[in-house]
Amino acid sequence: MKKFLLPLVLFVTLVVFLGVGLKRDPHEIPSPLVGKPAPAFALPTLRGDKPFSPVDMKGQVWVLNVWATWCVACREEHPLLLQFSQTQRIPMVGLSYKELQGSEAANASLSEADKLQLARERSLKFLQKSGNPYQQSVMDLDGRVAIDYGVYGVPETYIIDKEGVIRYKRVGPVTPEVLKETILPLIQQLDKSA
Amino acid sequence: MIPELGQFALVLSAVIALLLGTVPLAGAVRHKVVWQSLARPAALLQFVLVSFAFACLASSFLSNDFSVKYVAEHSNTLLPRAYQFAAVWGGHEGSLLLWVLMLSAWTAAVAIFSSSLPLAMVARVLSVLGLVSVGFLMFILTTSNPFDRLFPMPADGRDLNPLLQDPGLVIHPPMLYMGYVGMSVAFAFAIAALLSGRLDAAWARWSRPWTVIAWAFLTFGIGLGSWWAYYELGWGGWWFWDPVENASLMPWLVGTALIHSLMVTEKRGSFKAWTVLLAIAAFSLSLLGTFLVRSGVLTSVHAFASDPARGIFILVFLAFVVGSSLTLFAWRAPAVTLGGTMGVVSRESFLLLNSVLLVVATGAVLLGTLYPLIIDALNLGKLSVGPPYFNLVFAPLMVPLLFVLVPGTVAHWREARMSDVFWRLRFVGGAAVVLALVLPFVLGSWSAGSMLGIFLGMWVALGSLQHVVERLRKPGRIGGSFWGMHLAHFGMSVLVLGITGVKSYEVERDVRMAIGDTVTIAPYTFRLADIQDVMGPNYKAVQAKVEVLKNDQVIEVLRPQKRRYFSSAMPMTEAAIDSGLLRDLYVSLGEPVAGVTPSWSMRVYYKPFVPWLWAGVLIMVLGGVLAALDRRYRRNSNQQSVKTAGEALSSPA
Repeated sequence: MKKFLLPLVLFVTLVVFLGVGLKRDPHEIPSPLVGKPAPAFALPTLRGDKPFSPVDMKGQVWVLNVWATWCVACREEHPLLLQFSQTQRIPMVGLSYKELQGSEAANASLSEADKLQLARERSLKFLQKSGNPYQQSVMDLDGRVAIDYGVYGVPETYIIDKEGVIRYKRVGPVTPEVLKETILPLIQQLDKSA
Repeated sequence: MIPELGQFALVLSAVIALLLGTVPLAGAVRHKVVWQSLARPAALLQFVLVSFAFACLASSFLSNDFSVKYVAEHSNTLLPRAYQFAAVWGGHEGSLLLWVLMLSAWTAAVAIFSSSLPLAMVARVLSVLGLVSVGFLMFILTTSNPFDRLFPMPADGRDLNPLLQDPGLVIHPPMLYMGYVGMSVAFAFAIAALLSGRLDAAWARWSRPWTVIAWAFLTFGIGLGSWWAYYELGWGGWWFWDPVENASLMPWLVGTALIHSLMVTEKRGSFKAWTVLLAIAAFSLSLLGTFLVRSGVLTSVHAFASDPARGIFILVFLAFVVGSSLTLFAWRAPAVTLGGTMGVVSRESFLLLNSVLLVVATGAVLLGTLYPLIIDALNLGKLSVGPPYFNLVFAPLMVPLLFVLVPGTVAHWREARMSDVFWRLRFVGGAAVVLALVLPFVLGSWSAGSMLGIFLGMWVALGSLQHVVERLRKPGRIGGSFWGMHLAHFGMSVLVLGITGVKSYEVERDVRMAIGDTVTIAPYTFRLADIQDVMGPNYKAVQAKVEVLKNDQVIEVLRPQKRRYFSSAMPMTEAAIDSGLLRDLYVSLGEPVAGVTPSWSMRVYYKPFVPWLWAGVLIMVLGGVLAALDRRYRRNSNQQSVKTAGEALSSPA
């Protein structure tokens, strides 16, 4: 009798693991950068004033959101970001990731300045039409800064504390649940601490 | 109106399925013939209702009714007509409906082609299938209704995922589901046998053709998926050990073990408990596959948009179906008689070894697939298990499996002598060794892997050939199952030779090419002649013209494309492939590269023996079909079961 129960026992064990697995999100990837200082960079901004650097944000909690106008999932999270920027006083910085794709990025007849101009126009048009959640936007045309930040794909969202340390990373669009249950409590807690 | 009719038919079919799942089963327990005879008409009615619901959804797709949410999310007015129809199963809800349609079709087929079976057995089998249907219909109605309306109605739909807009993918899911769902018939027969206590040779003979045909569909479905990945994903791979591929491979491995084990149960009355367990396992793994794909517990290219409610439903359903079956097994199996004795060396022992190896291989694949989930559940971190693990574990298990395949077909039942078996196979073995030593030099280079692969492939092919030749010399009609077995084994050998060839001798060049540039993989030279824009019905594409030269003669022009569908930001690669008897020439177009002269990244591959993979799969499928159509299965089994040495359980329900 006992040996015939073995398949059942193995199966019950499997179901327990599957049940626990259901509560986990396999897309949640722990970033080695969480707990480390945000990599430094200086990138041209959307408005074209002086280059932006993470050091400029020292002393306040801020959010870095990686996006592009061609990214469909970014459009999905866009209304949520707008709502966030209107209700929270935490600044959000947009990092425009490789705005020009494929043949445009490879087009030899366009100079780097032309490309930057084209990317700026396109991003600005999108933000004017759909609303701008960003206090500041920076242009990462060749995606090098994104490599430093370990960007898997757009959109991604980082929370950086007053000391300039990355405290949280979200891969994929921010959902209302993630915003309410993870991002907002974390921001409040970071904001309170000196 | 049409979607509401479809919805209504679906609800009605759930009611009928519930009737089918309870009344005939109760009739079998209480010996009420009238209750039992309800099974066949209920099965047919359920099939009609589900077909009607499916037709309603298809009609909503073909009439571009975007007020149906599922249609709006998976179709588009620009989508070609054939794909508008195929889009019915292009998403989670519709593919589940397809699943249920096939389940009801299998159920109806059992109802129609079971005239030779005792009524009580038919009632039990159809009832079990009805209960499975209830589960899936409830799943659709409560969490995944394809008929939900959308308000306000959008002007146009979001379009079918471009990856799915391909002839290969149009038939891949239906074939795969036919296989998955077909395993539910073997499962239903096993449960019916456990319930009745008639766990005997007759039961094995009834389930054999159904199991073999399901296995053939599953083989075909997996092969199609692999073929599609090869030409559509643009980098020439044909198997990725993706969790969802594994989810289809596991029922296939267990199904393969099952069809062999069923043979022993039919011919010798042995392995009964083991066979029942395999039948339960094959279907359970099909259900597990559904869970893995649709719950979002694992990351995979196949994963549907997941919803926790769906995951919980399937998990509960899985726990109920498999849990109750295994409980029934634990309760009934100890009473099963052992059947005929077998010698240490005998056909039974080779087939047992085959079963065990296949089950261990399944376990290895299951462990690799679920390992990330288990580690995460134990809070030990996040990781992924990749091809190196699977190749390392899987290949060593397949080597002895292929080796014992040949003596397994030659050895006598009950008792055989190792020396006799291998004396009979001396020429086959010798020829396989010689070919394994010589062929690698002909093909280019020698390696342990290529030698082993060629030996195993030739061993299986020549072993089958010898057996067929010997059989042809003897008088008497040769049954379909004999031809089927050898054809399937021959297909396996072609597949093994194909895998060995492509793994050992493929040449891959990832290059950057400007117009006029050439790349040479002896004896072929590829020249990028031209790049131009072309328009498709719902996409625009950049198309390269690549001339293939051999001895300075153009032998072929390949036109790989990079497509941009209007509905999606993700570019799609359409590789161009020139297939020959012994090799594929494979070119796929990548992204433009920045530089002074315009140039593109290109993948230029020489893939020897890839057509053998597809040929091997098709031959195996053909073998399965031939075996299932054996006339022997269609004779009245009531008369035969008297003749067979079948032992029944002591306590019939």
